Amino acid sequence: MIVKREKLTFWEMLYLPAIIGGLKVTLRHFFSKKVTMQYPEEKWVVPPGYRGAPYLVKDQDDRTKCVSCQLCEFVCPPKAIRITPPGPAGTPEAGNVAKGPKEFEINMLRCIFCGFCQEVCPEEAIFLMKDYSLTGTSRAEMIYNKEKLLTLGGIHQDKIQKWKHKADEAKEQEIFPVRP
Amino acid sequence: MEHLPIILGALRWPEPDSTEAFLLWSVVKIAVVVGVLLTMVAYIVLVERKVSAFIQDRLGPNRVALPLIGSIPILGPFLTKLGIWQPLVDGLKSFLKEDFTPGHVRKIYFWLAPALVMIPAFLTVAVIPFGSNIGSQHMVIANLDVGILYTFGIVSLGVYGIVLAGYAANSKYPFLGGIRSSAQMISYEISMGLSVIPVFLLVGNLNLGSVIDYQARHGWLILYQPLAFIIFLVAAFAETNRLPFDMPECETELVAGYNTEYSSMKFALFFMGEYANMIASSAMMVTLFLGGWTLPGVDPAALGGVLSIFIFLAKVLALMVIFIWVRWMLPRFRYDQLMNLGWQRFIPLTLANIFVTALVLWLQARN
Repeated sequence: MIVKREKLTFWEMLYLPAIIGGLKVTLRHFFSKKVTMQYPEEKWVVPPGYRGAPYLVKDQDDRTKCVSCQLCEFVCPPKAIRITPPGPAGTPEAGNVAKGPKEFEINMLRCIFCGFCQEVCPEEAIFLMKDYSLTGTSRAEMIYNKEKLLTLGGIHQDKIQKWKHKADEAKEQEIFPVRP
Repeated sequence: MEHLPIILGALRWPEPDSTEAFLLWSVVKIAVVVGVLLTMVAYIVLVERKVSAFIQDRLGPNRVALPLIGSIPILGPFLTKLGIWQPLVDGLKSFLKEDFTPGHVRKIYFWLAPALVMIPAFLTVAVIPFGSNIGSQHMVIANLDVGILYTFGIVSLGVYGIVLAGYAANSKYPFLGGIRSSAQMISYEISMGLSVIPVFLLVGNLNLGSVIDYQARHGWLILYQPLAFIIFLVAAFAETNRLPFDMPECETELVAGYNTEYSSMKFALFFMGEYANMIASSAMMVTLFLGGWTLPGVDPAALGGVLSIFIFLAKVLALMVIFIWVRWMLPRFRYDQLMNLGWQRFIPLTLANIFVTALVLWLQARN
């Protein structure tokens, strides 16, 4: 579409109406309410569904929910997650029915907060939480280990407690005797 | 030790009206004026940051706190909120930054250019009367009879610094910035020069002190010459490379124009030069059109020397706020629009203004 250019009137050609209009706009904004949020003192309300830093969670019985399946490690696009599985030794504290990670590291410098780990986790063990300002004074400090991730993640209620029931069941039936 | 009384005896207070007294007073005035000017430059930058922040619905610098003063109950946080210490930190930062000289620049000119921007800006202030008398001293550094000619001579030198910076940088964007600024400053200097002629036709004298005397007797010259004032104001915007005429810098087109290759204190000198220029041209406008250090309806002799200086500074500050305000109000002119405005609008208008003023004066003289 060709926009027809209107001829300016003499009054408009003096630039004055434009200048007066500009003065009005700037004056209005000068006295209007400021939008600046003074960050460290004021903080914004993190909306639900926000994808912050991924942390590991425990259930109400203080059991690490992660079973070291390494799906998150596999799906992680920037390869920020590194899991050390327990190996043949197993994880005795998990009741010998499930495994737990020997070490679980997330490099927060690499993490892109995409949420794939949370999406892929079959055990609901890793969640993107609301933390958005991660700071550290060295690169090593920004690699969060299992202990730190679990502390930060806290406890998520597990209604089903699948592994607990399996372990109880196994104990009752004594079909998982610990061989010497 | 026995020579001390002799030395002290030689350090007597100079006779009034002697050469020694003149030199002593001049040095004192120069030191004070330069000190005040530099402080003003630093704080005008703060005002600019604050005003621009407020116009953009932000708060501006409000974090820098000094250790002791910051902990005074109400006053400390208030000053911090005003950002009063920000210029100190900004200055310190310019000194501590790496002063990088790129390998491809023309070294001598590269070093010379920032000084050439700064010096003319300071020199123009020399002829401006910034107050009445303190004791027997006129509050002006050099009471030249050719005041305005001196100013225009010095202001024209300002363009060399920018052109030289553009040339010395030896790369394309600074070069374009330099070319633009030379074209712009030369064209607007003409309309600036022509716009003040009616003022001096009315006053009948080129001395800036007599301009103020005239305004004290007859009222501000902005009332007699509003057109001249507007043209001078717009030309001053162009002369100091302020928006809407910031062609030589023009971030969106020329990276940073002639500043591009400069860093650290050299860049800070350009920056300070620009603000000193703004202050100098504001001071010029105050002197020529807004009554200088006088107040309308108040006998200039009744104003004390100190009070008159404060009146002058207040007027300069008001004009500076207009400079800053306009920056956030108008978009940048296109280069051809700038030239069009300068050559085809302002110069004919100023010529007509001179003619009409001369005609009126002639008719008055005949009656």
